[in-house]
Amino acid sequence: MAEMQVENKGKKGKKTGQKKHNTRVDLTPMVDLGFLLITFFMLTTSMLKPQTMEISVPSKDKVEEEEQNKVKASQAITVLLGKENKLYYYFGTEENGVDPELAETDYSSEGIRKMLVVKNADVMNKVNQLKLDKAARKVSDEDYQKKLSEYRASKGAPTILIKAADDSNYKNLVDILDEMNICNIARYAIVDITPYDLGLIDKKTLPAK
Amino acid sequence: MPKVKIPRKSTTVDMTAMCDVAFLLLTFFMLTSNFVAKEPIIVAIPSSVSEIKIPERDIVTVLIDAEGKVFFGLDTQQDRKEVLDNVGKAYSISFSDKELTEFSKITSSGVPIEKMKAFLALSIEARDSKEAALGIPTDSLNNQFKVWMKTSRQVNPKLRLAIKADQKTPYKVVKGVMTTLQDINENRYNLITSLKEVSTK
Repeated sequence: MAEMQVENKGKKGKKTGQKKHNTRVDLTPMVDLGFLLITFFMLTTSMLKPQTMEISVPSKDKVEEEEQNKVKASQAITVLLGKENKLYYYFGTEENGVDPELAETDYSSEGIRKMLVVKNADVMNKVNQLKLDKAARKVSDEDYQKKLSEYRASKGAPTILIKAADDSNYKNLVDILDEMNICNIARYAIVDITPYDLGLIDKKTLPAK
Repeated sequence: MPKVKIPRKSTTVDMTAMCDVAFLLLTFFMLTSNFVAKEPIIVAIPSSVSEIKIPERDIVTVLIDAEGKVFFGLDTQQDRKEVLDNVGKAYSISFSDKELTEFSKITSSGVPIEKMKAFLALSIEARDSKEAALGIPTDSLNNQFKVWMKTSRQVNPKLRLAIKADQKTPYKVVKGVMTTLQDINENRYNLITSLKEVSTK
């Protein structure tokens, strides 16, 4: 074994009958076992907990809210998620038979985010200032949360209607919800896409073909 | 010249300290670990900047794969047993104790209730096969997912909902699930994502 027996041969004169036993146990295998188990646990555990996005949707029986949405639609920005990761948006709604102009964009930071940041510049500035203050420890955590939600809900902030087409995918939805988060937009709703919206997309894409 | 005596020294290192460390670490890992739950399908979750952590306990995970198959997972064995029992009752299928225990060992299941008995009779390896992962029906005529959801809410009112869907899942399926949830007044839920870094510039 790994242990080397070193006998004490220094003293010649002693002649006791009993042999001196070495009481030390070789612990190497035990250490091996320990590390083996550690490795096993390290590989099987999930240390990293996944993140979540919390969303809440209005319940079905709140019809009033839907009415409110309709009123707001004239001031809202409608974002349409199309197929093949295409993204469109328009401001307001149809007025006197004139279609709003549909603009095409993408999910990158140069695309939809730029538009949203411009539209939400007021809130963005305030929130950024607040974040700086927090980094400099001028505001407490509690105040920070309170002010953050206050700024986000302020009057000037735009309302976004998110309408996803059936052939868009889940990633698109998460991406756009993410943009809402990044751009500090508190007022947004996920709404069913209407045939009118689909028509707008068709009109936009067809002539190009 | 007298010989210089070099004393023979033992090459053994005292392993006790190392052993202590190893077992200390082992204890740490055993206590902090929560095992990677085995899921019937592999889901590539999208990333977001959200930093909210998922709650530890009392969560229902709704797994949706890229093809739109829906799976349903509860986190405690007790809940799983009770939920299956009650869902079975709703479809007038009674499960034996053995079947309930078998089911309680499965993290996440996606089997139509009428095929559940056959599924539980399969060996553990056979359950992992592709054919076994059918998904829970969510269409409006036979919305078993709704029943599962409702029953779990009755069994454990503290449950929180988490949706874990693949990046490529068509929105149509996600919408279907969301409307079902809305139907039974589940208006708050979490979308599971992985973290990504984004600059707001």
